[in-house]
Amino acid sequence: MSLKHTPLDSLHRELGARMVPFAGYDMPVQYSKGIIAEHRHTREHAGLFDVSHMGQFILEGPGITETLESLVPVDLQALGEHRQSYALLTNDEGGVRDDLIITRWGAHAFFLVVNASCKAQDRTWIESNLSAGQSLRELDGQGLLALQGPRARDVLSSLLPETAALTFLQGAHCELDGMPVYVTCSGYTGEDGYELSMAAEHTGIFARKLLSHEATEPVGLGARDSLRLESGLCLYGHELSPTITPIEAKLNWSISKSRRPDGERAGGYPGAERIARQLSEGTARVRIGMRVLGKRPVREGQEVLNGDGEVVGVITSGAYAATVDAPIAMAFVDSAYAALDTELGVYVRGKTLPVVVCKLPVVPQRYYRG
Amino acid sequence: MSQVLPELRFARSHEWARVEDDGTVTVGISDHAQEALGDVVFVELPDEGAELAAGDEAGVVESVKAASDIYAPISGTVVAVNSALEDAPETVNGDPYHDGWFFRLQPHDSDEVQSLLMDAEAYQAHCAEDE
Repeated sequence: MSLKHTPLDSLHRELGARMVPFAGYDMPVQYSKGIIAEHRHTREHAGLFDVSHMGQFILEGPGITETLESLVPVDLQALGEHRQSYALLTNDEGGVRDDLIITRWGAHAFFLVVNASCKAQDRTWIESNLSAGQSLRELDGQGLLALQGPRARDVLSSLLPETAALTFLQGAHCELDGMPVYVTCSGYTGEDGYELSMAAEHTGIFARKLLSHEATEPVGLGARDSLRLESGLCLYGHELSPTITPIEAKLNWSISKSRRPDGERAGGYPGAERIARQLSEGTARVRIGMRVLGKRPVREGQEVLNGDGEVVGVITSGAYAATVDAPIAMAFVDSAYAALDTELGVYVRGKTLPVVVCKLPVVPQRYYRG
Repeated sequence: MSQVLPELRFARSHEWARVEDDGTVTVGISDHAQEALGDVVFVELPDEGAELAAGDEAGVVESVKAASDIYAPISGTVVAVNSALEDAPETVNGDPYHDGWFFRLQPHDSDEVQSLLMDAEAYQAHCAEDE
């Protein structure tokens, strides 16, 4: 199958990107300065990410709030216009079909951003739940840029002054030189920053304008992964999957109060019974963060061992964390071993590396809340 | 385009070997290899005194994205290792052919440098096939 290309394909090549296949797209894993430099640049200045591979949907029609609420355990009735919520599309077993960001665009309209690897199945799933008069429109080919880092606000407001006032999980329709763009204060690096959705033919123009600011450097998927890991953020296919529930993933906060067993609109989404049970009883396994005591990184799929050498879990993401200059990881372990500072091992090619359960996020999130 | 040095011999698995004046052979990974790996964050070296056959696993190099085995390009006894890489693994990226060396072998059979390894030109052709 031939790879798809984002609207920034030629810019990536011009910037010396190393391209890799990802979710059916030819994507930049890094540019010439490398993953560690890009990671640090994002934490210290501003990084520009092409995330145009992600799915962008518009859901509209009477009763669309109720329809969407039947698919995600989120209080969307309480979501104000141009406010966003993180959400999980659950399955009947309480597992996760995908994680996404939902933005209310109007009384009967939402804008959704979903994972690239899930967009076809998400579309089919959501469409199969629509009622008469409701529609899902995929913004196929639409560009999506993420501008992340402590300088992101300076950079974007130099082009779009009105974005300076946006707070975390708030969006606004803006326009630059006649080019419409939907800007949200969001992202997946733990830093303050924005995501910008615009027409394919305008994406390169926006990207070049943002890159022309002295604080901005292009950042690839490699650093996007290490940044989200440091910030304790789950990645679909790693910490989230159809066989992992939000409670096991410690995303209890993603279940809105009103949708919990004692809430005014309890349940009413796939897997609600199992999730309700886990909320009260806990789970056999749980997501943890870990710090490696040494320099050798641990990797996804490696087994986590207790002091007796018994397998008690598995690594789901592991990387060198440039901000703390140490390897870190996320794993799912038996709940008995999830307490902070628990000493565990990770089996790596005949050796057991010592690790310790640590607090997440490893690097504090710095969202702008006004 | 990655760099090669004409005085070096290369293995298909991207290690380089340099015959020193005292007859020992220094081993590292090529510029092409370090570039493909990306930022190196950890290097595991063989033990001094280890006896290695050509093609034996001799260590591991881990970049931000992946782990790769390092193989002994020829057979020999490990007589020195570059322990500076433990604290500064990024040297492998910055200077793969000099300060970024991995270990030094006393060859069991010094002819293996010629018989088992390729010259810089052949290695460049080998890398071009990779791409």
